[in-house]
Amino acid sequence: MKIVCNGKEREVKEGLSIEALILELELNPDTVVVECNGAIVLREDYAEQSLSEGSVLELIRFVGGG
Amino acid sequence: MLFVNEVPYRFRQGLRLIDVAGEVKPDADLYIVNGHPSSPSAVLSDGDSCWLIRKGEKPPADELERLLYARHTPGVHNKVKAASVGIMGLGGLGSLVAVALARVGVGHLLLADFDLVEPSNLNRQQYFIDQIGEKKTEALKHNLERINPYLRIDTIDVVLTEKLIPELFKEVDVLAECFDGAEMKAAALRCVLGPLAGKGFVGASGLAGYEDSNIIRTRKIRDRVYLVGDGETEAKPGQGLMAPRVGVAAHHQANQVLRLLLDVA
Repeated sequence: MKIVCNGKEREVKEGLSIEALILELELNPDTVVVECNGAIVLREDYAEQSLSEGSVLELIRFVGGG
Repeated sequence: MLFVNEVPYRFRQGLRLIDVAGEVKPDADLYIVNGHPSSPSAVLSDGDSCWLIRKGEKPPADELERLLYARHTPGVHNKVKAASVGIMGLGGLGSLVAVALARVGVGHLLLADFDLVEPSNLNRQQYFIDQIGEKKTEALKHNLERINPYLRIDTIDVVLTEKLIPELFKEVDVLAECFDGAEMKAAALRCVLGPLAGKGFVGASGLAGYEDSNIIRTRKIRDRVYLVGDGETEAKPGQGLMAPRVGVAAHHQANQVLRLLLDVA
């Protein structure tokens, strides 16, 4: 199915979870902030919340140092 | 109406700084008008804000506080004095953000860090050799009081978590995310997009090494929510954190905090 991630269209497996998508992108879920269809997703919901056709995601990934 | 060392003074056409000095502070040798050094022969305009200073003189306590802001853009001080800023993490970013905001006179600072000052901090953090082993909260508070004793400074020395942040920082106007770790950076942003929505926020990601300073940007994420850094340059073996570039990011943060407090961001 098609989703939009940071403005770019992406083809993903049906029912993919947010956590699985983050891992597919080779990122650490703890370092990523997710908004799905405009709503912030709680960290504890990453594994349970599944994406649907046309989901619009904004991901912000943080790197360490400060 | 003019203000001379913050005291009202009657304006008249053609009045020069030197004339005012003659009446108010004849031994002045530094003349500042509207936050900028000026010649004593400068002609004043109605509404000007002037500072007359004698270099090297330690002013009486009541005048000292006003003199600390002589070089400020007029109008800034009153706004920031009434503001409250939280700084999470007092390392390379947080200690510098705290110093900048103390110098500009932010009235209330809430400083949080669980850690102690250690020698490897000194390549970038605003501490001194004689403070090694002290709590960062205490050492930094002490340093800030030496810069500006007119602020209210509160400290938190427990480990912050995503659950604790909304409780501890619910009263601040703006929150500065100055963590070292990427996980807490993400957690802090989740807090300000969730339970602390509405507060100003300036976070940071990507400020290591000695890459070009010009790729460090201040980026708007949401209304009143900003991220500073290049988003890429991670602190890791072979790419350390050093004073110059960390300082660029920290001052991007401090200026954006100021812009939020002054409602231009």
